[in-house]
Amino acid sequence: MPGPSFDRTSSDRSVIVIGAGPNGLACAHRLASKGRKVTLIEAEAHPGGGARALPDLAPGLTPSLAHLVWQLDPRVEAAMDLARHGLAWEATDIPTTVIGREGNLVIRGALTDGPDAAAWKELHQRLMSFAAALEPFRRMAPPRLQAAGNSWGRLAKNLIGIRALGTRDFRELLRVILINAHDVAQDELSDPRLRAALCFDAVLGAWAGPRSPNTLILLLDRLAGEIAGRKGALALPKGGMPALARAMANAATAAGVSLRSNARVSRINIADDQVTGITLESGETLAAPLVISAIGPKATILSLAGAQHFDTGLVTALRHQKSRGGTAKLHLALSALPDFQGADPRARILLTRDEHEVETAFNPVKYGEVPARPVMEVVIPTAFGGTGAHLLSANVQFAPHAPKAGEDAARAQMLAACMTRLEEAAPGIGALITKADLLMPYDIERQFGMAGGNWHHGELAVEQMLFNRPIAPLSRYATPLKGLWLTGAGTHPGGMSGAAGRNAADAVLEAKA
Amino acid sequence: MTYDALILGAGHNGLVTACYLARAGMKVLVVEKNDWVGGAAVSRELTPGFTYSNCSYVASLFRPEIMRDLELPRHGLQILPYEGGAVFQEGGGYLGMYRDHDANRREFARHSARDAEAYDVYSRDVLRFCRFIRPMLLRTPPDPARFRPRDLGELMFIGKQVSGLSERQIAEMVRFWTMSISDYLDHYFESPVIKAYLAVSAIIGTALGPMSPGSAYVLLHHYMGDVDGNIGAWGFARGGMGSITKALSSSLMASGGDIRTGSPVAQVLVKNGRSVGVVLENGDEIRAKRVISNMDVKRTMLKHVAEAELPGDYVASVRKFKTRGSSGKLNIALDGVPKFTALPEGSSAIKGDLHFTDSIEKMERAYDDWKNGHFSRDPFQDVMIPTMIDPTMTPPGKHFMSCFVQYAPPKIGGLAEGGRDWADADRDAFGQACLDQIERYAPGFKNLVRHVEVRTPRELEAEVGLTEGNIFQGELTFDQLLFNRPVPGYANYRTPVRDLWICGSSTHPGGGVMGAPGRNAAAEILRDAKLSPKDMSDAWPVL
Amino acid sequence: MSASPSLHAPQALNHFRSPLAQTPFHPRTNAANRLQGWAPWAGYMTATCFGDSTMEHTAIRNAATLYDISPMVKYRITGADAVAYLNRLTLRDVGKLATGQVHYTAWTDDLGKVMDDGTVFRLGPADFRLCCQERHLPWLTETAWGLDVGLRDESEDLAALALQGPVSATVLQEAGFNVQTLKPFRMASFAFQGTDVLISRTGFTGDLGYELWITPDQALPLWDHLMQAGALYGLMPAGSEAVMLARLEAGFITTGMDFVPVQHAVREDRARSPFELGLDWMIAWDKGHFTGRRALAAERDGKTSKWALVGLDIPGNVSAEGAILYFDKRREAGFITAACWSPTLKRNIAIAQVEARHASCDHLWVEIYALRELQYQKLMLPVTKTARPFFAPERRRATPPGRY
Repeated sequence: MPGPSFDRTSSDRSVIVIGAGPNGLACAHRLASKGRKVTLIEAEAHPGGGARALPDLAPGLTPSLAHLVWQLDPRVEAAMDLARHGLAWEATDIPTTVIGREGNLVIRGALTDGPDAAAWKELHQRLMSFAAALEPFRRMAPPRLQAAGNSWGRLAKNLIGIRALGTRDFRELLRVILINAHDVAQDELSDPRLRAALCFDAVLGAWAGPRSPNTLILLLDRLAGEIAGRKGALALPKGGMPALARAMANAATAAGVSLRSNARVSRINIADDQVTGITLESGETLAAPLVISAIGPKATILSLAGAQHFDTGLVTALRHQKSRGGTAKLHLALSALPDFQGADPRARILLTRDEHEVETAFNPVKYGEVPARPVMEVVIPTAFGGTGAHLLSANVQFAPHAPKAGEDAARAQMLAACMTRLEEAAPGIGALITKADLLMPYDIERQFGMAGGNWHHGELAVEQMLFNRPIAPLSRYATPLKGLWLTGAGTHPGGMSGAAGRNAADAVLEAKA
Repeated sequence: MTYDALILGAGHNGLVTACYLARAGMKVLVVEKNDWVGGAAVSRELTPGFTYSNCSYVASLFRPEIMRDLELPRHGLQILPYEGGAVFQEGGGYLGMYRDHDANRREFARHSARDAEAYDVYSRDVLRFCRFIRPMLLRTPPDPARFRPRDLGELMFIGKQVSGLSERQIAEMVRFWTMSISDYLDHYFESPVIKAYLAVSAIIGTALGPMSPGSAYVLLHHYMGDVDGNIGAWGFARGGMGSITKALSSSLMASGGDIRTGSPVAQVLVKNGRSVGVVLENGDEIRAKRVISNMDVKRTMLKHVAEAELPGDYVASVRKFKTRGSSGKLNIALDGVPKFTALPEGSSAIKGDLHFTDSIEKMERAYDDWKNGHFSRDPFQDVMIPTMIDPTMTPPGKHFMSCFVQYAPPKIGGLAEGGRDWADADRDAFGQACLDQIERYAPGFKNLVRHVEVRTPRELEAEVGLTEGNIFQGELTFDQLLFNRPVPGYANYRTPVRDLWICGSSTHPGGGVMGAPGRNAAAEILRDAKLSPKDMSDAWPVL
Repeated sequence: MSASPSLHAPQALNHFRSPLAQTPFHPRTNAANRLQGWAPWAGYMTATCFGDSTMEHTAIRNAATLYDISPMVKYRITGADAVAYLNRLTLRDVGKLATGQVHYTAWTDDLGKVMDDGTVFRLGPADFRLCCQERHLPWLTETAWGLDVGLRDESEDLAALALQGPVSATVLQEAGFNVQTLKPFRMASFAFQGTDVLISRTGFTGDLGYELWITPDQALPLWDHLMQAGALYGLMPAGSEAVMLARLEAGFITTGMDFVPVQHAVREDRARSPFELGLDWMIAWDKGHFTGRRALAAERDGKTSKWALVGLDIPGNVSAEGAILYFDKRREAGFITAACWSPTLKRNIAIAQVEARHASCDHLWVEIYALRELQYQKLMLPVTKTARPFFAPERRRATPPGRY
C-alpha cells in the first residue's frame, strides 16, 4: 500500500496541479489558500474541463459538455466564495419534464402530479434521506480496510449517521444499496413517466442499464449533492456552465494560484524514484516536488509518469479499469424555440416514455452498436434568457464507445436516431436546426481526454467506488511514486462537484502535517 | 394428534429440516402436494425404463456436513464426480475441459496460450472467495439493525472472517462481489470461447446476464460447493437427483418421522398470532406446535396465510421479493449417444457439460430476449448425459439427456403490458428451438429422441411450486442475500407469525440443492424449542 | 510487444489421450528407465529414477550424469527494450550481464512476494532467455506493456540436458566440445552435426556441471553422442530423486517445494519475500524501478520480514522431511521444507522456514516422526543453523576444470 508520498524533508512548497477542471481548480485553490505555491496547468485555452466553453456552434451559442450542475461541494463553494468571484445562478430548481405517452409530467423534487404524486413524494424523501446519510463519505478520503490509517472518529460518525435513519429505513437502505433502479421503480411507482425519470437519472453518465444491479446507488450518489444549500438541486449558472468555470478560476487566481492555460503537459519528470516536476509540450520544464494530476488516473500514470515507474500489477489493474463512456452529447443550433408538446423550455426535458426504453437503449451498446431509440436529456440553456436563436444541448444515452461499424458510421447513425426521437417529441424541430454537432464517446475522449469518453475518467460503478476508486492501491489520492498525487473525477467520489479536488488537497496537507 | 413439527413440502430443504428435528426427538410430519417426494430434487420415470433428473440435475452444493449428520450414504446416496465438458463453437471448433490439469491447460492453449496459464491464477482467486464464503453457509445471518447478542455475535463472526484477509484481498473481494462476470473475466482472459465457458455458472438460474453487475457472485454461488473436498467440482447423484431426497426420506423414516404425499395444503391455521397447523385442500386439519414451510416465501405467505394475520410492511416486503424465473429444462430419453461432430473419438468431454454458446455476447443477447419477454432465440443450454457414467437410469445403451436452458421468461411477451401466460404452443416452440440447436452440432440427434419432457417456468411453478418458476426460490442479488433474504428483519427463518417458519431456498444461503437453509432453519427451531440440536455439525473448518 | 499468435505453437487436438507430454529425449530415457518410474514435471513425464537413485547420486558426485531438463519453462525475450524489460521484471540488474553470461535471479509481485526464481541467459545485446519452473505468460505479457520487446514461449522449441559431475568437462572434451576456458555462469556455442549446441556452465547440483541446449530434432543424436563419449567415465542418466538430493546438498531452493509462488498461494500468508527466502542479495536497488521495489524497500527499512529461510544441521541420521520446528520444544517456530541424510557430507541436513525472530535458530528443536515398520517413532532433536551451500567443492568453480 502506498504511504504518504510527500517528501517530508523538502522545504520546497511549490505544487503543480495538472488540469483546470472543477476538481483541479478546487484542489489548487485549497492548497494555495494553505500557503502552497500552486501552479495550475491547463492544456486548453480556457479552464473548466467538462464545464469549459466549447467553440460557438453559432454566433452567441456557446455549448459545453456538462450542461447542468447537479452538485457543487459545499466546502468548495464556501471556501472559494464563488458568488464574490462572479457566479450567479440562473436557476437552482430546474424542474424535470418527462415527455410521456400520456402527456408530459413535470417533476419538481418531491413534487409531481398524477396518480403517483403521493408515492413519489414518499419515495423521493426516502431516497433523499438515504443520500444524505451516505453523503459524508463523499467528503473524506475512502476508508482503509485495515485498522491503521483510518480516521475512526469520522467513520464512526458517518456510520452512526446511517444507523440514525431508524431501524426500518436502515434495513431498507441495506436492502436497496446494491439494487437495480428498475426494480425500485416498478415496486414503488405505477406512472411509467416517473419510472422512466428514476431509471434515467440512475444511469445518466453510467455504462449500465437500469436493470443492472448497483444502479440505484448511482442515483443516491447524484441526489447526495447540493447547490447553494439546496439538496438535490439542479442548477444552471448565469452565463452557462463556462461561467462556473470562470468563477472558480477567478477564485483560484485570487487565492494565489498561478494558472497557465494553453500549456499541455508532455510528461511528469521523475528522478530517484521521486517526482521533480513536469515538462510541457513546448519543452519548458517546471520544477516541483509535488504534482497532483486531475486529468485522469490512466492518463496520468500510464502516459505522463510512465508505466515503468510502477509495478506490473498496478499497471495491469489500471489498464483494465473500466472506463466505457455510454453517453453522447448533442448540440443543436435552432432558429427558434422548439415545442416539446407544450413543455416549459426552462426545464430539463427527458425523452423516455418508460423504464423499458432506458434499458432497451442500453442493450445494443453492450455489443458496440447504436440504439434505434436512444433516450435523451434535453436542456435549452438559451430558453432562460436568450431570444431568437437557441441552443439545444442533450445528453443522449446510450452510445457505443467502440462501435463495431466504425466511428463515422456510428456517429451518423446515432445522429439520425436522435433526430427521429426529437422529431417525435417536438414535431417540427428538424426544420429549426441550423447546425448540429454530435459528440460520441470517442469524440469526448479526444476532446476532453476522458478515457473511453467516460465522464468520470473511469466508470463510476460500485466495484470502482470508494477504496476501489480508481483501483485499490491508488484509492487515497496518493500514488506509490513519491510526490505524485491524483485527483479529479477518476478519484473518489468522482464527478465534477470539486469534492475530489478538495479531498485530495486535504490528503496532501494531512500527509505533510 | 398434534405434531411437534409439520413441514410443508418434501423438497430437499424441507426434508433436511424434518430429519434434524426428528433426530432431536420431535414428532415430525412432512406433507407434500405431489404424489412423490423431492420438490426440485426429483427423479421420475415419465417414459418406461428411463429415469430423469427432472429439475435439478447436478450436485455440488449439498453440504457434506448434512450428508454425514443424516447418514445419507447409508440411506443410499452416492455422488459421482463427473469429468470433462465442451463448448461447441460456431464453425465446427470446440473447447474441451478435462479433469487432468495438463490436458486442460493444453486444450485451453489451443485457444490462447496466455489464457491457459491465466486460468490457474483465476481459479486460485475464485477459490479464495469460496473459502471465505463457505463458513457462512451453515449460520443464521445477523440482523444488522438489531443489537441482540446473537446478531452482534454473528456480525462479529463475519467481521472476524474479513479481518483475516489483507487490505488488498478485501478490496478485491468487494470488487468481485459487485461486478459482472464479463468484466471480471476480461481481467484474466482474451479468448471469447474460454470466457463463454467460464461465465456459465454466473447465469445458471439467474435473472441476470453475464454483463450484469452482481453476476460474479452468482458464479461463486455455483463454485462454493465441492465433491469430496474438491471445491468447485460437480457431480451426479447416482440414480438421479431424486436419490438425494429419497435418502433424506429414508433417513427421516429411520428417525421416526412421517411423510404424507398427495396432500396439498390449503391454508396455514393461525390462532392468536401463532400457527397451530394446516388445513389441507381436502379439508383435513393437521395440528402441530409449529409449521415449517419449505415453499418459497411468496407462496407461503401470500397464498397460504391469511393476510390479516400479517403486518402490512411484511406483506409489502414479501411482494417485493423477486422470483422472476429465467430457466427452462428439457429431459430427453435417447436411443443412443449423440455424435457431436466436433469431438474427437474417445474424448471424455461427452461425459461432462456441453454448451453451444461460444461467446459472452451470445449469452447476453439471450438475456436481452428474456428481458423483452421472449425465450431466447439462440438459447444457452447446459446439456449433460448423466447416463454416460450412471448405469442405473436407463436400459444399457440408452441414455438420459438433461438440457438446462437459459433464458425462459415467467411470462411471454410485452414488457409494458406485463406479458401473458405460457401456452402449450409456446412451450413446444421453446422445446423445438432447443432441440434444433443440439441437432446443429450433433446431426442425427433428433432421430435418437424417444421422449422429451419440456419444462418452462409455467411447469416448474405448477408442479414444483416455484413461484414464477424461479429455481432458487428467489433471485440471488444482494438485495435478497444474507440478512436481506428473504426480507430484511426476517432472515432468521422466522415469520411474523409465531411458530410459522420458513426453511426453503428463499432463505439464507439461497438456492441450489444445498440443504443449508433447511439445516439452519432446524438449528433455529431447535434453539427456540430449547432442544439440543443433536447430530448437527457446524461448518467444518476451512484449513 | 509482438502479437500473441507467435507466443505458442498450436497444439494437436488429441492431447487428452496422453495428458503428460514426452520430451525430445523420451525414446532414450524410456529405454534406460529400468523401473519405469515417472513423475509429472511442468506437463511432461520426467524419470524419477532409472534404476537406483543411490548410484545415480553417486555418479553426480563421482562421475557424471545426464538429466533431462527439457520440461524447464523457457521464454525468449528480444527487442530494443529487452534489458529495460528484464530489469522491470526481475530483482537483479540485467544491464550488468554480459553477452554469453548467465545469472540466477528471481522476481516478485507488487507486494514484493516471490513469484519464481530462474536463470537469465544473455544470448546477445538484445536477446535473452529466461528459464524457470513455473509458467508466467500472463505476468510476462503484462510486464511487457508499453515496452518494445518480443516475448516467446520457447519451452517446446528447445531440448535441454544437464550434464553434471566431476568428470563432466572431460566427457564434453571427449565429445569434441572444448569447454576448458568456459567459466561458471558463462556459455558458448559449439557445432554439432550441422547444427549448434549451446553449452552453459550452469546446473542444479552444486558440482562441476554444464547444461546443453539444442533443437529437439537433434536431441537424440546429442544424447547418443554424449553417452558414447562418457561411456568410459561412468556417465549415466539420472532421475529427479538423485538430482533433488544433490540440489539439497548444494543448498539450492526449489519453487513449489521450499516456498509457494505467490501467484499460486491460496492462503495469503504463504507468500514470501526475497528477504524471507534469503534472496535479498539479488536486489539491485540502484537500477531504477522494478516491480516490488517499493514494497521491498519498505520491508528492508521497516525490518518487517516475517520469515527466514535457513540451513540446518540435525543430529543423527534420520531425515527431518516434513517436520515441525519448535522453540524450546514447545512453541511452533517453523517447518522443514527439504531434508536428507547427505551421503556426500555424512551429515543430516535440512532447509527450513523459521519465523524471523528465530532466524538465529537458537533453542530450536525439530520433532521428527520416523516411520519404522508401520510405526512412527518420535524424535525431538536440537538443530544448528548452518551456512548454505552445505556442499561446495572447489572443482565446481575451477577454470580450466579438473579432469576428474
